[in-house]
Amino acid sequence: MKVIINGRPHELPEGASVADAVGGVTGPAGLAGPGPAGPGAVPGGVAAALNDEVVRRSEWAATTLKEADRLEVLTAVQGG
Amino acid sequence: MDGDALVIAGEEIGSRLIMGTGGAPSMSVLREALVASGTALTTVAMRRVDPSARGSVLDVLSECGIRVLPNTAGCFTAGEAVLTAKLAREALGTDWVKLEVIADEHTLLPDPIELVDAAEQLVEDGFVVLPYTNDDPVLARRLEQAGCAAVMPLGSPIGSGLGIRNPHNIELIVERAGVPVILDAGLGTASDAARAMELGCDAVLLATAVTRAQSPARMAAAMRHAVEAGRLARGAGRIPMRRYAQASSPWEGIGTGATLTS
Repeated sequence: MKVIINGRPHELPEGASVADAVGGVTGPAGLAGPGPAGPGAVPGGVAAALNDEVVRRSEWAATTLKEADRLEVLTAVQGG
Repeated sequence: MDGDALVIAGEEIGSRLIMGTGGAPSMSVLREALVASGTALTTVAMRRVDPSARGSVLDVLSECGIRVLPNTAGCFTAGEAVLTAKLAREALGTDWVKLEVIADEHTLLPDPIELVDAAEQLVEDGFVVLPYTNDDPVLARRLEQAGCAAVMPLGSPIGSGLGIRNPHNIELIVERAGVPVILDAGLGTASDAARAMELGCDAVLLATAVTRAQSPARMAAAMRHAVEAGRLARGAGRIPMRRYAQASSPWEGIGTGATLTS
């Protein structure tokens, strides 16, 4: 099936999950759990929205994608 | 000054200089500037993951022990800003957000209608909302009434370095605000930051003035001192302006031939 990930078409097998798609974009780092504790600690630093709805990290593996879904995978960059 | 910390939404922030991270030529330059600034809170933007990116701004903030403040830069509608804030909350584990909803790419000025709409939605959803706003006292009041934890009026357009173009409006906002007022955008050099604090702002937020300076670390240090100096001056209470001179030396006991003393 074809899904749009960060604005570009990707071919994924039927039954692929949000976790599969995020891992394909970020590599293992994006699927890592919470970062180290401390004032600047961040939990992974990556988030995903499926068809303009946020998918919680805990639901990535259980959320399967459908044909023509739009997935956005975002992280923090320099700005502001 | 003891007992004079910046407090937002009940949380103490260790510096009245909030730094943005945009515009730095490299992560090492950014790290040096952040350390020199003494900042305790630093903005980042949310963007699509770039698999080829090397080095993360989050790593720099984590190493420096600086709290992250995600923004919604680049959003033109309330809907975009709300979704971006929710993604930032999920990615970074913070419900604080610098809310930015701009009207056009030419001025980067806030769209007041979309801004208030987004602020109301995010407050309802439990966010601590810090809105970047026009220097409009009425809009600032509406944002405070919407439940925002601070208001952040611009000094002049983002990245312009024009300083504070309407100090009267900033004073009006400061006079009436029941939440911290943070001067955000347009500052060019240290005297602009000091001026913001002298006008009564509780903090300043700046990026370009430091990150695009010839020596970012040196300008960051200058900004740090300027914020402290402006805060001290505000607390000290400036003298009133006068139309004519007022001698600081006594007139009595002037020797023969002396006609004037200063």
